Amino acid sequence: MTTTDNTLLAVHDLRTYFHTFSGTVKAVNGVSFAIGKGEVMGLVGESGGGKSVVGFSILGLIDSPGRIMGGKILLDGEDLAQAGEDRLRQIRGREISMVFQDPMTSLNPLHTVGQQMDEVLRLHTDLDAAARRTACIEMLESVGISRAADRLGAYPHQFSGGMRQRVVIAIAMLARPRLIIADEPTTALDVTIQSQILKLMRRQIADKGASMILITHDLAVVSEMADHITVLYCGKVVERGRTRDLIETPSHPYTRGLIDSIPDPANRHARLKQIPGTVPDIRNLPQGCNFRDRCPRAQALCAEQEPELRPQNGAQWAACHYPLQPGDSA
Amino acid sequence: MLGYLLKRLIQMLLVLWIVSLVVFLMMSFTGDPVFMIVPIDATDAEIAQARRILGLDESLPVQYWIFISSLLQGDFGQSYVFRQPAMTLILERMPATIEMVVVAMVLAVVVAIPLGVYAGANPNGRLSRMIMAGSLLGISLPGFWVGMVLIYLFAVHWGIFPSSGRGDTAEVFGLRLSLATWDGWHHIALPAITLSLGTMAILLRMTRAGMMEVARQDYMKFARAKGATRHDVLYKHGLKNALIPVVTIFGLQLGDLIAFATITETIFSWPGMGKLLIDSIYRADRPVIVVYLMLVALIFVVINFLVDIVYTLIDPRITLK
Repeated sequence: MTTTDNTLLAVHDLRTYFHTFSGTVKAVNGVSFAIGKGEVMGLVGESGGGKSVVGFSILGLIDSPGRIMGGKILLDGEDLAQAGEDRLRQIRGREISMVFQDPMTSLNPLHTVGQQMDEVLRLHTDLDAAARRTACIEMLESVGISRAADRLGAYPHQFSGGMRQRVVIAIAMLARPRLIIADEPTTALDVTIQSQILKLMRRQIADKGASMILITHDLAVVSEMADHITVLYCGKVVERGRTRDLIETPSHPYTRGLIDSIPDPANRHARLKQIPGTVPDIRNLPQGCNFRDRCPRAQALCAEQEPELRPQNGAQWAACHYPLQPGDSA
Repeated sequence: MLGYLLKRLIQMLLVLWIVSLVVFLMMSFTGDPVFMIVPIDATDAEIAQARRILGLDESLPVQYWIFISSLLQGDFGQSYVFRQPAMTLILERMPATIEMVVVAMVLAVVVAIPLGVYAGANPNGRLSRMIMAGSLLGISLPGFWVGMVLIYLFAVHWGIFPSSGRGDTAEVFGLRLSLATWDGWHHIALPAITLSLGTMAILLRMTRAGMMEVARQDYMKFARAKGATRHDVLYKHGLKNALIPVVTIFGLQLGDLIAFATITETIFSWPGMGKLLIDSIYRADRPVIVVYLMLVALIFVVINFLVDIVYTLIDPRITLK
């Protein structure tokens, strides 16, 4: 992976393990990627693939029994994996902020929206109370909440799900962070609200020149938003590339499977394709390729040797012994 | 709000009426107070006369009617033993009990909340395990035993605290309080500690359980992702959400300690109203017991009402209806 001057965050060989009674779960096992300034990266995979753990690892929010066992998380060259708690606290909310999946539970039910917004500014800026209030009102308005000044005194339960996610986004954007990690930001919302929220996030990021990691299982969402995509499977990167290349000519059979399982509105009566089988038990992964039991292209080599991430056509990388070529059918 | 207050008031009167009925009935089954009052060699005529003077020659419903109707006129009856209004007797001793309970409850909260938050936030730490083991002791050791051990250690063995009495009191707003003098504080320490241990242990465990539940919530992680300090995450975001059951137990314990600090008061010869209750039961001083228990019921009702108000202050989703 190349790191250029434009790189904001570079993750190298990140390993986050959970030491449980029933064995070590290698939730993130050697993941690398980089995001440039102003870029949106999609982090895609099935549930249990380690996507959220990547996000929490970047912010140093991995709780026991989890631990970052190795790797580097370079934010402008500073390794967050080595940073102390005090430094991480300065970074959280200020440099990197996070939007969670469920807006119904990510706001504190007992504090007003205003208090929860104000907290970020109190932590990360020197503004006085009046200036903070003005900033909160402006931010709420910019995420599309009307009568913002009145709404500061409202509690989360007085808002709908979509409105709450707007508030969460407002909180995340408030201190003008350089990177937003959005962990399934629309999964818990009504379909009609989803596209509104995505548009809002894209506009906010563009306005403020921030970058974003969009964590999702939904390739359709990510293909609209992201500049490039990293596909995770069992804690490892299986494919990485520019969005258009990866969607149009996936190299890894897993990526192909994810794309095929998006419903095609033009072909409503076709039976939806699915990836057979389930994610293997991450506590004792088999030797060889983790995907081979579900892979239509698996051969003897796949059971013996784990494929490495290799460049495919152009800027696209995939970890597969028998990658798809453009024009192949799955 | 007004409707709610009215409803609570009616509820309260109903509770008080039922308590008066139950207590009155129960008392009439327990011993005959006449024999506690007349001399041992009293003649039948003297006994009959005493019975008439006390109003005990009437039938039970008539007795109750007399009791209730004078109560409605503000007359709570006279103590058989002291020949004084029962209410006055109780109110005289109330400040002593209240101040001991207040010190005990403050002590319990000040110790229990931080330790409970700590134990809930670090459930597997060694210190947390020690705290939880300690709280188990606090729950299971009986107050009378703790009181005697404290007296033995601090009063008898080391001689640094007095073992009985209120010490010097001073008058504050017409109430005689030990807390207004240094000597009074010196005297209140041991009984207050004795009284607080059980409540402290319960509040600690409730706080810990609440914090463990709250720790799993997304808003705790979101608060951390905002860059909040560990202290703020635990106390501003966590504790407030864990507080409802703690406040509930606090209210019940407060009422319980005020009403039934009897054992502690007896051990430390603390001249509070709990001791009056015990003495009155020994002497079958029926009016004092009845008024006492009705007062206790009133205290519980009022505390519960206050707890409901506190709920709404903690959680905006709760409204009084």
